[in-house]
Amino acid sequence: MPSIVSIRNLTKTYKSGFAALKSVNLEIAEGEILALLGPNGAGKTTLISAVCGIVQPTSGSVTVGGHDVVRDFRAARDLIGLVPQEITLEPFEKVFNAVSFSRGLFGKSPDPAYVERVLRQLSLWDKKDSKIVALSGGMKRRVLIAKALAHAPRVLFLDEPSAGVDVELRKDMWSVVADLKAQGVTIILTTHYIEEAEAIADRVGVINKGEILLVEDKSAMMRRMGQKHLQIDLTEPLVAVPDMLASYALELGPEGRSLIFTYDTKGDRTGIVTLLTDLRSAGLQLTDLSTRQSSLEDIFVGLLKEQL
Amino acid sequence: MNFPAIRVIFQREMARFSRTIIESLISPVISTSLYFVVFGAAIGSRIEAVDGVTYGAFIVPGLIMLTVITQSVSNASFAIHFPKFIGSIYELLSAPVSYREIVIGYVGAAAVKSILIGLVILLTAYLFVDLPIAHPIAMLALLAVTSFSFSLFGFIIGIWAKDFQQLQLIPLLVLTPLIFLGGSFYSIDMLPGIWRTIAMFNPVVYLMSVFRWSFFATADVPIAASLLAIAVFTALCLAVVWWIFRTGWRIRQ
Repeated sequence: MPSIVSIRNLTKTYKSGFAALKSVNLEIAEGEILALLGPNGAGKTTLISAVCGIVQPTSGSVTVGGHDVVRDFRAARDLIGLVPQEITLEPFEKVFNAVSFSRGLFGKSPDPAYVERVLRQLSLWDKKDSKIVALSGGMKRRVLIAKALAHAPRVLFLDEPSAGVDVELRKDMWSVVADLKAQGVTIILTTHYIEEAEAIADRVGVINKGEILLVEDKSAMMRRMGQKHLQIDLTEPLVAVPDMLASYALELGPEGRSLIFTYDTKGDRTGIVTLLTDLRSAGLQLTDLSTRQSSLEDIFVGLLKEQL
Repeated sequence: MNFPAIRVIFQREMARFSRTIIESLISPVISTSLYFVVFGAAIGSRIEAVDGVTYGAFIVPGLIMLTVITQSVSNASFAIHFPKFIGSIYELLSAPVSYREIVIGYVGAAAVKSILIGLVILLTAYLFVDLPIAHPIAMLALLAVTSFSFSLFGFIIGIWAKDFQQLQLIPLLVLTPLIFLGGSFYSIDMLPGIWRTIAMFNPVVYLMSVFRWSFFATADVPIAASLLAIAVFTALCLAVVWWIFRTGWRIRQ
């Protein structure tokens, strides 16, 4: 599939000397949903801001639909919708007017029927005459999405759409994203929740400290992220892992008081039940069991090690 | 040109104006009336006519300018500072609009508000004094140009200011003294020697003089000098706005 967004050697160094983006390269295919996953301060928002025109890149280039976002900004931005992370709305404006304003700003003639469709899709129609200041936080976030959709963009950027959002709204948002994808809209979202990337993305990019560490299909990424660790605490310390348990690739914990088993929640079988049976036949007695998910942190460390 | 964008920016600013119609229109009318009562009637009755014009009538152009200048600056600076402050400026920056369209929308709306306020004050003045207007077309043109150029100036302040305190700083510390010392309530000829020379460095003097000329056909400084001063001021503001958007100063990081 052809790229609709093409980012080449994009660098952003702020006046303070902070390098928010270090020569980022990224191709985004038309119609896909890409999740950019990374911890706070990784450069996710800077990356989106540079594509959308809010931040001036230090060097490198970005094209959207073949149009350079700096030289040919009108044609490029025509295609883009942006939902910012923070709730930044004129408080005394009415919902309908706010969305119509966005449509006009993007050079489109007024189309109340289209604005109505967008508001209905986001369950905002009954709030169309409310002032924004009177809305709940979740509703305000919907208004931000409606504003971004007011000019029917081909590419939608969602910056941390689920930050501070309740479960219901998050599910609603995911279904809106699915609808948009069905209409052929390309969606780029940033998140630091693995579950969110898992729920809606086709591809996942991992970004940290201004660098894209890798971009993979979701399934490959989830395998990588699906690893969990089972810690088995023992009553009697061990000197070595018993030979009969060698096939489980267990690690011995500190002072031999625990065994650590790594398994894959996405696999057909985790192997936990057979392991526990074999532990019993090996005559080991357990005091406790606990499991731990590989955190994003572990994954970043793993990815960085791989890079070296 | 992205005309729909200019239209929605203009409409939104005008909607803000009509939402706050009391503050926007009634308060200038009340303060103008107070000036008339104090300066025109109470003090003015003891002041002899200036250049053959009664003092009550003499202060009308100055009053209009005083309000139009302060309103232009405060409206335009607030209009652009507010979205910057709450963050909604992201939308302007990510939309396919050029700085010309942004400036036309915001500065245009602020200027139109000021012109309306100026006209309302003029009408209010007729309730108190007899007022000849020697050059009505020139008067309206000057009103429009002043509204536009000071709205442009306000727009710059709105972008420059980092918070609401700074937003008040220039109007309070620079503009108000310049206006009061710019001959709003007196003719420059009434100043003693050295002060008259100093006054010549005050740009507002040139503006006030030509505006008063449009009413009473007498001016403190040559008309050409006034027009030149206005042109230079407007050109300077336009150049600064152009520079701001070219460099992204205090808007785009």
